[in-house]
Amino acid sequence: MSKYMLLIYGNEQHWETMPAEEMAEIDAGHVAFQKRAGDRILASGQLEPSSTATTLRGDGESPAVTDGPFLETKEVLGGFYLLEATDLDEVVALSRELAEVRHAHSGVEIKPLVHHG
Amino acid sequence: MSNPGDAVAAAHRAHWAGVLAATVRITRDLDTAEECVQDAYAQALRTWPSAGVPDHPAAWLRTVAGNRARDLLRRESVWRRAMPLLVEEATATAPDPQDADEPPVVADDTLRLIFTCCHPALSREARVALTLRLVCGLSTAEVARAFLVQESTMAARITRAKKKIAAARIPYRVPTAEDLPERVSAVCDVVHLVFTTGSNAPVGETLVREDLVGSAVGLARTLHRLLPVAEPAGLLALLLLIDARRATRTDDDGRPVLLEDQDRSWWDREMITEGIDLLTESLRAGPPTPYAVQAAIAAVHAEASAFEATDWSEIVSLYDVLLRLWPSPVVELNQAVAVGMRDGPKAGLAALDRLAAEPALATYRYLSAARADFLRRLGQWPEAVTAYEEALVLTDNEAERAFLTGRLAEVRRGQEA
Repeated sequence: MSKYMLLIYGNEQHWETMPAEEMAEIDAGHVAFQKRAGDRILASGQLEPSSTATTLRGDGESPAVTDGPFLETKEVLGGFYLLEATDLDEVVALSRELAEVRHAHSGVEIKPLVHHG
Repeated sequence: MSNPGDAVAAAHRAHWAGVLAATVRITRDLDTAEECVQDAYAQALRTWPSAGVPDHPAAWLRTVAGNRARDLLRRESVWRRAMPLLVEEATATAPDPQDADEPPVVADDTLRLIFTCCHPALSREARVALTLRLVCGLSTAEVARAFLVQESTMAARITRAKKKIAAARIPYRVPTAEDLPERVSAVCDVVHLVFTTGSNAPVGETLVREDLVGSAVGLARTLHRLLPVAEPAGLLALLLLIDARRATRTDDDGRPVLLEDQDRSWWDREMITEGIDLLTESLRAGPPTPYAVQAAIAAVHAEASAFEATDWSEIVSLYDVLLRLWPSPVVELNQAVAVGMRDGPKAGLAALDRLAAEPALATYRYLSAARADFLRRLGQWPEAVTAYEEALVLTDNEAERAFLTGRLAEVRRGQEA
């Protein structure tokens, strides 16, 4: 078994202003995803908007603490699943349940975790 | 086959993919499997001359490569590799409980290898490189030459792709029935791209790169043999119907010869017959695919006894069908040329002018060349000169440049006369 990080990206402004039907569709997608993935989900979460983010960066002993996300982009990380699966095809098949993969402004990135044999 | 060296070369062409695919099942690692298969062929070169060519070369090679793989695995088990092993059929579980016992649609080692190399999670150029290296058995240097990049660049591209297969765990498996149509399309796309790169080389000294064309036709044959469904049948039909004209597509100096000037008695009739049979098979197997429609267009040309006898109305309507399945400015351009052939150069020019605003065609070498040809037929010399000059600027293929330069000289003479 391998571990994968499934990162859900999308246009933050769109997410904040989307109509109720679209929100319901996204919710339904997550319900279907979670039902199908079952105990393959090791962790998951929906993230607060990037206006709530705090970033620490820089070198030295006291890195500067700043308001805002690490990268200022229109498309932001909105949520994640940490999954355990046999292979990439399994994760791709599961991801198709998510409504985010069908909307033009959003998408899902699948990244394998480094395998420490 | 009396010469053992020839026998090894023939076994390389015929069995490389099958032997590698079987060995990957043992090593579950592409690099190690490749090494073992190379060793097996090297051993064949050493021993076949004295011991004689075995009755079943493929089985012999599989056994030797397999033994080598088991040896290596025993020795390497001390240092367990950092990269995860390929995911195989036996250990894989389907995402849905009710699918868990579903048997694979097609089980064949070579197919597994093809589907892994052409996985949609790899970039298109990586798919092509991996397929040529692992399925067709071309050396990295040969693959690099085919795409005119440095060998080190190609080696890096192949290594990166293999690393992604291992790290992201792209499975070594034939897809499930649900995914199969999409995945077959991805494989057909790679094979078609290898063929078009080979038969209309965008750069270089020759128009046709026979190594690539040969690899593409071989791949299409394998695919069709293992998966005799509509799309591979249509693809193989298309490749055969176009490749049947190979002997006449260039002259003795390697310059392109236009369809209308080709000596049709040199077209390969056997390939044409096979292509038309496959086209029929493809159309019976399901709704028409873009490859089948293109094959049908090639078949209309193949069946015309002379260029003048071409059924251009049929071709124009086949392009209508193709545009519905596969809307593309390049297809529109080809249709405009066919309209010109059916209704005369004036109509063709008008059809081309409607496409001139298409951004995707603005720098497309065949648009200028097609305009130039209609202008030449109409005797509009100054405009023809400009169009040929434009086409020359956009063309990097030496053989095509030589052809266009010849035509440019011809219309300049017309202008002066």
